[in-house]
Amino acid sequence: MEHSALRAEFVAAIGADAVLDDPVSLRSYECDGLTGFRVVPEFVLLPTDTAQVAAAVAICARHTVPFVARGAGTCLSGGSLPVAEGVVISLQKLRSVLEIDVENRRAVVQPGVTNLDVSKAVAEYGLYFAPDPSSQQVCTIGGNVAENSGGAHCLKYGFTVHHIHEVQVVLPDGAVTTLGAPSPHQPGYDLLGAFVGSEGTLGIVTRITVKLLATPTAVRTLVADFPSVEQAGDTVTGMIASGIVPAAVEMMDALALEAVEASVQAGYSLDTAAALLVELDGPPAEVATQFAEIEQLCKDNGTTKLVIAPTPEARAAMWKGRKAAFAAVGRISPNYFVQDGVVPRTRLAEALVRISEMADEAGLRVANVFHAGDGNLHPLVLYSEQAGEHDRAEHLSTAIAELCVDLGGSLSGEHGIGTDKACSMPRQYSDVDLATMTLLRKAFDPDEICNPGKLLPTPRLCGDRPGPHRAHPLEAAGIIERI
Amino acid sequence: MSTSYDAHHPPRRDVLDECVHCGFCLPTCPTYAVTGLETESPRGRIYMMDLAARGEIGVDEAFGEHIDSCLGCLACVTACPSGVQYDKLIESVRPQVERNVPRTRADTLFRGLVFALFPHPGRLRVAALGGIVYQRTGLRALVHRLGLIDRLPARLRALESLLPPVTVRALFTRTPERTRPSGPVRLRVGLLAGCAQRVFFGDVNAATVRVLAAEGCDVLVPRDRQCCGALSVHAGREEEGLARARATIEMFERYRLDVVVANVAGCGSTLKEYADLLADDPAWAERAKAFSAKVRDISELLAELTPRAPRHPISTRVAYHDACHLSNAQKIRSQPRAVLRSIPDLQLHDIAEAELCCGSAGIYNLVEPETAEELGRRKAKHLEAVTPDVVVTANAGCLLQIRRFLDTGIPLLHPVQLVDASIRGVDPL
Repeated sequence: MEHSALRAEFVAAIGADAVLDDPVSLRSYECDGLTGFRVVPEFVLLPTDTAQVAAAVAICARHTVPFVARGAGTCLSGGSLPVAEGVVISLQKLRSVLEIDVENRRAVVQPGVTNLDVSKAVAEYGLYFAPDPSSQQVCTIGGNVAENSGGAHCLKYGFTVHHIHEVQVVLPDGAVTTLGAPSPHQPGYDLLGAFVGSEGTLGIVTRITVKLLATPTAVRTLVADFPSVEQAGDTVTGMIASGIVPAAVEMMDALALEAVEASVQAGYSLDTAAALLVELDGPPAEVATQFAEIEQLCKDNGTTKLVIAPTPEARAAMWKGRKAAFAAVGRISPNYFVQDGVVPRTRLAEALVRISEMADEAGLRVANVFHAGDGNLHPLVLYSEQAGEHDRAEHLSTAIAELCVDLGGSLSGEHGIGTDKACSMPRQYSDVDLATMTLLRKAFDPDEICNPGKLLPTPRLCGDRPGPHRAHPLEAAGIIERI
Repeated sequence: MSTSYDAHHPPRRDVLDECVHCGFCLPTCPTYAVTGLETESPRGRIYMMDLAARGEIGVDEAFGEHIDSCLGCLACVTACPSGVQYDKLIESVRPQVERNVPRTRADTLFRGLVFALFPHPGRLRVAALGGIVYQRTGLRALVHRLGLIDRLPARLRALESLLPPVTVRALFTRTPERTRPSGPVRLRVGLLAGCAQRVFFGDVNAATVRVLAAEGCDVLVPRDRQCCGALSVHAGREEEGLARARATIEMFERYRLDVVVANVAGCGSTLKEYADLLADDPAWAERAKAFSAKVRDISELLAELTPRAPRHPISTRVAYHDACHLSNAQKIRSQPRAVLRSIPDLQLHDIAEAELCCGSAGIYNLVEPETAEELGRRKAKHLEAVTPDVVVTANAGCLLQIRRFLDTGIPLLHPVQLVDASIRGVDPL
């Protein structure tokens, strides 16, 4: 379809101010949190309500124009990477908390509200929204729904899917529907369950009813240093075995600690092989008893230093460090890849030893920061683009993700498959598994216009290799061209 | 690699490379909060600066628009986990835009007017006198009643409404050049009288001098009508800014001071930056470094000095607004709060979205009035939400901007005015 004709339709539907197609604006949307992949869209749209989102999507559907929804653009797997000759639909004009129902512990929010702002909006009622991805100060609820985001506290509280009652969705044909209901246990297919975590491939969420929890009465947090990652890993295994479900158990290795401390000065040790950040929350008596058990466990496993956060401010500083860890790595390395694999908790130590060996073989450094409680690793492969280490780093990064699958785990814990890991999906799933997923996707989006190329492998994309932008082999051969 | 910048101080490649595109800066950026546009965010601006450095986009109007719209509040620097020095980036890109992107005639004229007026206390005083006549004679009421005000361009409307209610006497009150403490001298302190500051906030300067003297400082206030260059530096008028920096250093060097105090956050942050600004000027680098090392904000200095003068109680609810050039540029957050808490009975309250700029930002509320208005309203709403008896902030620009939008029943003060009232045992209002 002719650019100007399409433009006129968008302008008529959502207004001229909400339609961007100048080159500078378009380029600023060409990537999300994973900058290795870049595609310039043809339009960026900024609708202001559900009706406008539906109108924009309907136009796309009518002309079979691919579209990609975008929240804050923080996805680490390229989930909101634009499609060439496609449309980016930004939800950044839908940023209101619409309703707070204190009695029923629910809030209705628009998709562009940040995760943290939901908790801030209800804090005065002693409530909060439990999922807490580390980017919670910036990532949006819409993105959390798309990615089924987790976070440090999902060990005890579960993922986004466990905290959503209902979503209003614009389907890929422009129809508006509601999935789920204000109360749990609805008959029929669990389409809400299918939608949450679909990485933007089944439609665009425009209104979300979230479940709120009461702020725990007691919270206690400690940081324990260990002379080896194995000892830290054994401590985690010991905790889980004893029946304690901590609110969070995070592990950082020496390199990650170095970066974090440079960024926030939270008092993390710089001379230790690994540190555990453990948090318990709940009724004061229960927390006190279990906290003592955990302290003992740390000592039994040879902790060299154990610091208990003395004040809420100290606790906040510990968390600020942990949550800023990825970006903080920018301070110790010019470039890095983040992986997101999951391994069974019992194989944590084994995975870490293997990763360290693989890093040595590749002659690269890997910093580890992860949700130890549920085995969700975040190895950060450090490299220098300038020093020509990119390809080696990329291979190592992919090898680590696939190692996780081989150890009986998963490619991704919470960052999503997106563009980044779509081609590795056959490593984890059989053809029949993938075909079943494709059936679901096609039922929602028969024309494949809704975030195409993400999540499931496609022959076209998987001819590409992940990493910083480079020409497709066919492009390089002059057979196709990118517009 | 061809670049779109000219050769004079383009943004540094190593600083651009620090950004990992994580987006942690987005929620604290005022223009992003208002527009939701990637191009109006720090991440987007750095991305565009990078594209221009690679020659993939031009340093043109489309680019300059998004650089002009940045308030320079530096909340992104505070928020950034990777330690990106956005302050360095924007300060090298603004002059690039200023030099290489032609402005419209109206824009050039208006900016010319602003810079011919604000950094010149003499002229500003005359203009303010005109303003008093305008306000008192009923002319203002008439202009508003006839709806003429709505026909003015937004920039002139902003200029009109920023004019604070000031008396003729206050306008011509001058701060004495030297004030000696009653007891032994702890420090020899120079105070920057400022431009708009000395015209509109002579009372803040007077309070600063009294507090410093009560705390044992020998206070010297140069009478020169010397602008520190902050407005020029923040607007990318590099040569003008540097000339003012040199003249300001020279002015204070006359006095052999231990400390140079600023009570305007925007000026103070620039005084501290002189060392960087003049680093590659061999004749001035050392002098600038020595000068910047002596600069303190008034709250910073008061927090360092063990109080000597007793404080009398002031029972009042205070809403504190962090001026960006204090909290982000100078990283001074705890000191003004500590200084205010040293006043018995005073209840200090922080506000929601404290990190978000009020929209003042140097000359921003004059040249980008729409965004500034929206930010001003938003800030006033959060300030009013804590039902304060008084709103306190440490920057002339913020005081003027917030006054425009705040419930008229709530007075605005500089923190040092509360300290002054507490030391003297008088009602601050």
